[in-house]
Amino acid sequence: MLVSVYRYNPEADDAPYMQDIHIDIPGGKDIMVLDLLQLLKDKDPSLGYRRSCREGVCGSDGMNMNGKNGLACITPLSAVVKKDKLVLRPLPGLPVIRDLVIDMAQFYAQYEKIKPYLINDQPAPAIERLQSPEQRAELDGLYECILCACCSTACPSFWWNPDKFIGPSGLLQAYRFLADSRDTAQAERLADLDDPFSVFRCHGIMNCVSVCPKGLNPTKAIGKIRNMLLQRAT
Amino acid sequence: MVTNVTSFGRSGLYDWMIQRVTAVVLLAYTLFIVGFLLLNPDVDFQQWQALFANTAMRIFTLLLVLSFAAHAWIGLWCVTTDYIPMTGLRFLVQAVTGLMTFVYVAWAIHIIWGV
Repeated sequence: MLVSVYRYNPEADDAPYMQDIHIDIPGGKDIMVLDLLQLLKDKDPSLGYRRSCREGVCGSDGMNMNGKNGLACITPLSAVVKKDKLVLRPLPGLPVIRDLVIDMAQFYAQYEKIKPYLINDQPAPAIERLQSPEQRAELDGLYECILCACCSTACPSFWWNPDKFIGPSGLLQAYRFLADSRDTAQAERLADLDDPFSVFRCHGIMNCVSVCPKGLNPTKAIGKIRNMLLQRAT
Repeated sequence: MVTNVTSFGRSGLYDWMIQRVTAVVLLAYTLFIVGFLLLNPDVDFQQWQALFANTAMRIFTLLLVLSFAAHAWIGLWCVTTDYIPMTGLRFLVQAVTGLMTFVYVAWAIHIIWGV
């Protein structure tokens, strides 16, 4: 099969380019894209990409495969390869450090803005803060986010305003703490989000939902934040 | 919190609400006019003038013009902040958009009460 990989080494290249590599898959097996990358790296050790857990838990190997963001380690070739060709690019919208490795500083800056930790001003109990099973269930579909950035880098609103729009990933996390029964900073969290950019740049096109490798729904979480803002203001 | 002085209502929630409420007004007016034309397929000048000479229709039309202005401002403000990263040029385009919107509103009022 033919693999076309985005290559860019800022120390040697004037501009990024696509490198075409013909490769035979051993045994014709339906391997994961990450395994394919290892085969490519065996051929050309200068190829750079991030990877760690190789099982969709760490969120390191988010990349754009034939036009769609996803995790290379849990995406089988059969799911993305078309006409025996695969185009691999870094996640779009963020600066490229090298080849498939992007600089995620802006993504993390947005995550930091939503204060991704429990805030509770009441005295700590002797053992732990308890939740009912129903209160705990509110966090399902939110806490599973692994911050791979597949969603935010698939979002045009994030591409145009990565410094102002929190992005789908950050907003899913924002709702994760807004929905937590143990958190007492709900009013302050909502006040921080009520501007024309942080939340309201979302126009509901749902690219985030279609690419999330964990099957989460940031658009739904953003809708819930909007309803909370509305409740507070009317 | 991201601060911005050029948006319609400063608060994102306020802009969002205005955008939705004005959209309902635009829809209601469109349905009314389309309905009127369907019920009066051979509408003549006298009927059309009588319709707009009615004070209720003038108020409805003024509501439409103001809704249209607010809706357009919020929409175009979004487009300019997405696609014009250069602050000076963006402010210029926004200023021209605001001026044109004001002119259209004033002109529309003149037309509505000139029938």
